[in-house]
Amino acid sequence: MHLFFQELLNGLVVGSLYALVALGLALVYGTMQVPNFAHGHLYMLGAYVAFFGVTIAHIHYWPSLLLAVVVLAGVGVILERLVFRPLRDAPEVNAIIAAVGVLFFLQTLAQVLFGGDFRVLPTPYDHVVHFAGLIATQQQLIVIVAAGVLMLALFLFLKRTLIGATIEAVAQNRAGAALVGIDTDRVSMLVFAISAGMAAAAAALIASISLISPSMGFTVIFKAFAIVVLGGMGSIPGAILGAYILALAESFGATYISTSYEDVIAFAVLVLILTVKPTGLFAKGT
Amino acid sequence: MRRALWIVAALIALALPFLVSKSFYLQIAASAYITAIAVYGLNVILGYTGLLSLGHAAFFGIGAYGVALLETRASWPFWPALVAACAASVLLGFLVGIVSLRTRGHYFAIFTAAVGVMISIVLTNWQDLTGGNIGIVNIPPPPAIGPLSFEGDTAKYYLVVAALAFAIALTALVRRSLFGRTLIAIAGNEDLARATGIDVARAKLTAFMLSTFLAGLAGGMFATYIGNLDPGSSGLDITFEQLLYLVIGGLGTIAGPLIGTLVLVGASQLLQGVEQYRFLIFGPLLVVLVIFFPHGITGAFNRLMAARPRSHRRTTATPETEAAVS
Repeated sequence: MHLFFQELLNGLVVGSLYALVALGLALVYGTMQVPNFAHGHLYMLGAYVAFFGVTIAHIHYWPSLLLAVVVLAGVGVILERLVFRPLRDAPEVNAIIAAVGVLFFLQTLAQVLFGGDFRVLPTPYDHVVHFAGLIATQQQLIVIVAAGVLMLALFLFLKRTLIGATIEAVAQNRAGAALVGIDTDRVSMLVFAISAGMAAAAAALIASISLISPSMGFTVIFKAFAIVVLGGMGSIPGAILGAYILALAESFGATYISTSYEDVIAFAVLVLILTVKPTGLFAKGT
Repeated sequence: MRRALWIVAALIALALPFLVSKSFYLQIAASAYITAIAVYGLNVILGYTGLLSLGHAAFFGIGAYGVALLETRASWPFWPALVAACAASVLLGFLVGIVSLRTRGHYFAIFTAAVGVMISIVLTNWQDLTGGNIGIVNIPPPPAIGPLSFEGDTAKYYLVVAALAFAIALTALVRRSLFGRTLIAIAGNEDLARATGIDVARAKLTAFMLSTFLAGLAGGMFATYIGNLDPGSSGLDITFEQLLYLVIGGLGTIAGPLIGTLVLVGASQLLQGVEQYRFLIFGPLLVVLVIFFPHGITGAFNRLMAARPRSHRRTTATPETEAAVS
């Protein structure tokens, strides 16, 4: 039973990470119907920005995290402007193909600039905390709390502010939003900025627990897609729920079934759901 | 004009062993042809039918491992092993297709990507069968058919050329057949195609199986030509690379897969030493092409040909017929 709660805790940490990444993916898909395959690589880039903030620029951990968010938000805007906007009216596979080009570019860029070595972001919060017989590092608890705070902030932003409302309007009906005077192009850029920024925050949070490498985006992106499909493409509450479900399934699967097939679980979940329900689990009405 | 170009290309391919001095270049050419066969498969499903299958390299892996395992573990000769491996690839394509083709658009891409990654993980982790990351070594070359022996580099090269010619002819025939036109109709507008009485589900499944057949064939040729095999050949990055070749060569065109593969494999060879950085150029190139030239090099060439004033030209090529005439 003790093992169970330990795995539950680990699952929550990973689930928080997945939730932040999947949220961004779901937000972009929900507002622009773009499945951004390069999203995982934005996450990777965010991890490197935070890493160099701490190790080379010698900034404190939290400003480094903020720096990563700001830089990646900028990258997100550039990506929307240069790559995805020109493809808005093209056949839908073209956006995926373009995203694949971006993904290749970013991964090779990271390889050239940063090398292929695995790195760990140094954190001031590496003390071990014991409570009720469970073991966790401070950083793990920070991940859980910070993810919660970020998700709450995003929720309030979308539901309680005017700019947030414009995003929802574009998600519901792009043409209709344009008709009532919303600058849909600006909303698209904003959504990409938020999405990439969230990915960067997730990366900076987790980078002191797991390893940073140019290929770290690859595993994450497919898990994020599995989650977004699980939660219904574009649904934000669905993405959050899906993230924790997947992370717990992986955590318990690794403990009770087999570690070498841990990564298969996400894909098995994905395939299973699409087999039973080709439009995703909680899909909004088609 | 077009026919003449194909004949020239065939003559060059056949004469290549006498033109190059080192067998190294011959091996590069043969590997490029093998990749091109797989890219022709991708062209059937993406270029003709408009469905992005991101699990393509996994079927390449099934074909390759099928041949390699049957030859090394079960001591089958190459030819029945190749047939069985292609059959396995098509059967798996059938099973995956039945399920995945119920999804549309992005879901299909994500679904096939997940299937592809799963197959790749299984090939890596099922160590007793596949040898894990080390893979399988010493896969024997095909046995002789009568006086035809496939021992040397040149003989194996011609075998690959034959397989490539088969793939090109097959996809060209499909493109011209009623079935090919059906696929183009589905790519254009699936609902409209269904409304005109086309059995969309069946046509898509057949196209998908055809694409997995060509991927399996390419994999089988790869196993026997290279002689060793590891799970890296079935990964998602390989699918992405094949996608790159196809888009740059020309989606939905007949020359596109070959041109794209040859141009990019050639370019990679020129970049020796910095080869692993080639995606710094190829990545943005893919983005630019998909935005400005969705039909790739072949499409641009066709547009050029169509713009050239010619007295006996029958029709004016429009972007819609562009893919059709090549």
